Amino acid sequence: MENSLKQPALLAVVLIALIALPIVADAAGYASLTSLATRVLIYGIAAASLNLVLGYGGMVSFGHAAFFGIGGYVVGILYQHYSLDEPLLGFISGSNQLLVTLPAAIIVSGIMAAAIGALSLRTGGVQFIMITLAFAQMLFFLFVSLKTYGGDDGLIIRRTNELAGLNMRDKQVFYYVCLTIAVLFFMVLWRIVNSRFGNVLVGLRQSEKRMAAIGLPAYRYKLMAFVISGMGCGLAGALMANFLRFTSPDMMHWTKSGELMIMVILGGVGTLFGPLVGAAVFTVLESVLASWTENWQLALGFILLFVVLYTQGGVQAAFARLFGKHA
Amino acid sequence: MTLFLEQLLNGVQFGIMLFLLAAGLTLIFGIMGVINLAHGSIYMIGAYAGTWVAARTGSFWLGIPAALAAAAFAGLAIEFLVVRRLYGRDHLDQVLATFGLILIFNQAVTMIFGRQPLFVAIPSLLDGSVELLPGLVYPVYRLAIIAVGLLVAVGLYLLINRTRIGMLVRAGSTNREMVRALGVDIRLLYTLVFGLGALLAGLAGFMAGPILAVQVGMGEQILITTFVVVVIGGVGSIRGAFFASLILGVVDTGLRAYLPGLLRHVMVGPDADALGAGISSMGIYLLMAIVLLIRPKGLFIRNS
Repeated sequence: MENSLKQPALLAVVLIALIALPIVADAAGYASLTSLATRVLIYGIAAASLNLVLGYGGMVSFGHAAFFGIGGYVVGILYQHYSLDEPLLGFISGSNQLLVTLPAAIIVSGIMAAAIGALSLRTGGVQFIMITLAFAQMLFFLFVSLKTYGGDDGLIIRRTNELAGLNMRDKQVFYYVCLTIAVLFFMVLWRIVNSRFGNVLVGLRQSEKRMAAIGLPAYRYKLMAFVISGMGCGLAGALMANFLRFTSPDMMHWTKSGELMIMVILGGVGTLFGPLVGAAVFTVLESVLASWTENWQLALGFILLFVVLYTQGGVQAAFARLFGKHA
Repeated sequence: MTLFLEQLLNGVQFGIMLFLLAAGLTLIFGIMGVINLAHGSIYMIGAYAGTWVAARTGSFWLGIPAALAAAAFAGLAIEFLVVRRLYGRDHLDQVLATFGLILIFNQAVTMIFGRQPLFVAIPSLLDGSVELLPGLVYPVYRLAIIAVGLLVAVGLYLLINRTRIGMLVRAGSTNREMVRALGVDIRLLYTLVFGLGALLAGLAGFMAGPILAVQVGMGEQILITTFVVVVIGGVGSIRGAFFASLILGVVDTGLRAYLPGLLRHVMVGPDADALGAGISSMGIYLLMAIVLLIRPKGLFIRNS
């Protein structure tokens, strides 16, 4: 995991490439590339958040799309109350300011993650997987039934949230906003992963008994990680709702949880930037396959099967092995 | 009162369907330690194969062997080609590999049968209704499902508690390593259990055909409910799966039947119906949350 961080040069190159991407894309006549890159960044944030519990903490959560969807709905619901000019629950006024909606999305998804995590973490292993999945489905059905907020059809956000006079409708501007947030997010995540907390988390994955023997409260650490991870997914969901100007129960459908897990495993479990690589691979793969055949899910299924069964450590590890480096 | 009894029977019937799936799933978890998302796909394959054959030949009864054979074949193929490589791997690998299988099966079925749902008629022998109690008329077909399910439950009970294979299954779910150390061909046992689970899933899929639409995605819908059953009943416990299935079936059906009506007393019709449907879909998950608070390992697992 620190492998890629020990190469600040590589990181700097990637960052410069990401900054230059919209300009190059425009010049080359592939303006749609910017939108694709925006989606990669957003999914990268979500997948990296999931990876905190999945890869570092060893908790296989199959319900993280719930937090992704909650983030989206916070933006959508706040916007609806803003545009109708009627306060939510009678006292919370709506908002279309990104600096309000993003923190709100993070806080609400954090609270939900605390509730779901507190229950789910009472179990482990197979049960944990099924329970996180079940809770996500429960929220899915809740939002399907909320006709006030669009129900099945979802919620249209007529205008992207505003941020300090920037023209957020512009694809490039929104890309740079996402890039800035992603950079900040990965800096925070890097601090978390390399802190004492991060080490305890890895220790818990390796042996919960050992950590308990040292006297560390395993449950509390895992719950904390789960909450942080849920907040990250909420942030990503809020950005996605702004990007699509739309939010719907599909954002928290269980297949979305599966997709986030695929991104993590494609990029490499338990690495800091792996999920971002995985998000890029998955998003590009999806759009290439979808343009190629309508049965792209078949191809995706086989690729996934192959990656899981025959490569250990995802694309990053495969490349590292290919170039003779130690992963 | 008759309406209540009818809903109760509907709940039991739904519970029985859940049990047929949950029994296989809980055994596969309990004995092999494998989480198999593709179990719902086997249910779908059974439904499609049986319904297709029944529609082609015009005989409902020929659909049964077709469904069972297709499900068993699919199950054994999955076990042999994919799941066999996943024993002892991370749960994450198991989830993702079987998720890949779902994508493959769903897309393959769409390519073969198209997006239109298939339908099969109830055979004349099971068509119609009987009057169980004065005023309580109930479809024979649903009663037949309940009967088949109960027969399977009894059969499984005898198999698990009275035969040598059952003994090995019980031993395997308590301590896998020890069974292997004693020289039992655990690989064969795994294949048998997986095949048995697939058979039951296929049976459930075919029986669901005349009641529900046979369509892509039917497997995942019921799979997630089955997970809730397994968690509530306790992983690895057939007895737990049986009672949890019945409880969930009755609770789910009851909420769906009565909640919108209750809500209509306090809000407008369409809104009440939508919210009622939503909350009844959430009901079983809330039940699961409550059970977990009290007994994290499930209702039917003794706390050691």
